[in-house]
Amino acid sequence: MLEVSGITQIFGGVTALEDVSFAIRKGDITGIIGPNGAGKTTLFNIISGIYTQTSGRVMLNSRDVTGLPPEKLAMLGMVRTFQNIELFGGMSVMENVMVGLHTRSSSGLMACSLRLPWSRKEEHRIRADARQWLEFTGISELADVTAGNLSFGKGRMLEIARALAVEPGIILMDEPAAGLNSQETLELARLIRRIRDLGITVVLVEHDMELVMDICDRIVVLNLGFKLAEGTPGEIQENHDVIAAYLGDDD
Amino acid sequence: MQFDQLLQYLLSGLSTGAIYALIGIGFSIIYNATGIINFAQGEFVMLGGMVTLLFLETGKLPLWAAIPCAVAVSTASGMLFERLAIRPLRQPTPINLVIITIGGSILIRGLAMLLWGKDTHAIPPFSGEEPLAVGGATILPQHLWILGVTLLIIAANKYYFYHTISGKAMRACAYNRRAAGLVGIDVRRMVLFSFIISSAMGSVAGIIVAPLTMTAYDVGIMLGLKGFCAAIIGGMSSGGATVVGGLVLGILESLGAGLISSGYKDAIAFIILLLLLFIRPQGLFGKAQSERV
Repeated sequence: MLEVSGITQIFGGVTALEDVSFAIRKGDITGIIGPNGAGKTTLFNIISGIYTQTSGRVMLNSRDVTGLPPEKLAMLGMVRTFQNIELFGGMSVMENVMVGLHTRSSSGLMACSLRLPWSRKEEHRIRADARQWLEFTGISELADVTAGNLSFGKGRMLEIARALAVEPGIILMDEPAAGLNSQETLELARLIRRIRDLGITVVLVEHDMELVMDICDRIVVLNLGFKLAEGTPGEIQENHDVIAAYLGDDD
Repeated sequence: MQFDQLLQYLLSGLSTGAIYALIGIGFSIIYNATGIINFAQGEFVMLGGMVTLLFLETGKLPLWAAIPCAVAVSTASGMLFERLAIRPLRQPTPINLVIITIGGSILIRGLAMLLWGKDTHAIPPFSGEEPLAVGGATILPQHLWILGVTLLIIAANKYYFYHTISGKAMRACAYNRRAAGLVGIDVRRMVLFSFIISSAMGSVAGIIVAPLTMTAYDVGIMLGLKGFCAAIIGGMSSGGATVVGGLVLGILESLGAGLISSGYKDAIAFIILLLLLFIRPQGLFGKAQSERV
């Protein structure tokens, strides 16, 4: 599904990532974990086309997508969410999701703006689809609320709904549980499983170990820019290098 | 002072204000999509009037046919401007872009001068010159055209931004460009769109005002600055606030010209502009974070 190979990122002499490679299998929930400064977010930004890496390649469905901008990646079926939710603040919750559906709208932008008959039908369909995604994420009763007024937790649900509206094959989530209370985190875990059940591959960077160990099929551990380990949650929990990285060496 | 006279100033102020509003919305649309002030906006207003003239006199077209042709030509030049001057920029810092738009405006104005000379030209009014009595004041049919067309465009604009997917995508770019890219919106295409829409609106403004004020190669400077002023009053909103900004400016100008001296007409706009930029740069109605759509 997604394969990164030999990713190296150097920021003005500081090596943030060095030769990181791993593959993510279709239909898995994969967690990327690591102590602070391990390079998790940098890696995410590279995969999602926000940074261009110093070297290395990103393959999506065996297609080289290295260096493609985010909108192209979205068209190819890869979307992401941010740690600090990025919404269209002045638009309604419904509109936020409708914008997400815009990539899939078959009549082009021009047709939509000219209000051709088939585009009117299309708008109905888009509105219905958008509502469906709001229901999926459990925020349909907030459809008419201005996105900027949502609580952080609901905002996160909206961001996920909007990303799903793009109908991705793979969704990258940057610390989805950050800022959520324990109840919301539980709901998030359920939601992520349901997303996987739709056949969407999920990759998340996360600090909440309980969540990661609970929902992930596979885990990639980064430390100081290197890949430290990779495996199932059980394997990772037993891994001495990982334990050392998290708890510190007792040298 | 008589009431009739006041009404007269109000009415003529409203129709010039409507023009400023149209131009101002053009500024806001581009600003919201790109973060730049397009100082070439006034030149598309000028092109509207001058190209209409070209089709009327050289092309021998009737007015109703010349107008859409002129709008098409001006819009195409707006598109070309974005493609040739804005998009190729390697490091599009706002200051670079603003300087480019100023350069572009000088270029367009220069070409217009070469093409049409320095003379002032008139476009015939759309439907007669018989003044209509409104209360104790009189207005020309052209004033009604201006108000009607402006209303129509503002309504169409509102519809586009709030009820079409493409319009929503454009608003999304204004709110959060990064997130817009992430859901697959081609931000650069939206930038092109914003230039298309605002040059079309600017040229319409230039056409409907030309029968009243005449047109020349350099009308774009003043009209552009007045439109900019309207947009500033409106806090760079591409909705109601800029419309109100344009109308307020038009009325104040007309009152100032009537009650003080017509020599101060232009000064009034700039005094307002300076005062606002000093005191309320977020616009007259803006909270610190205004809705910029």
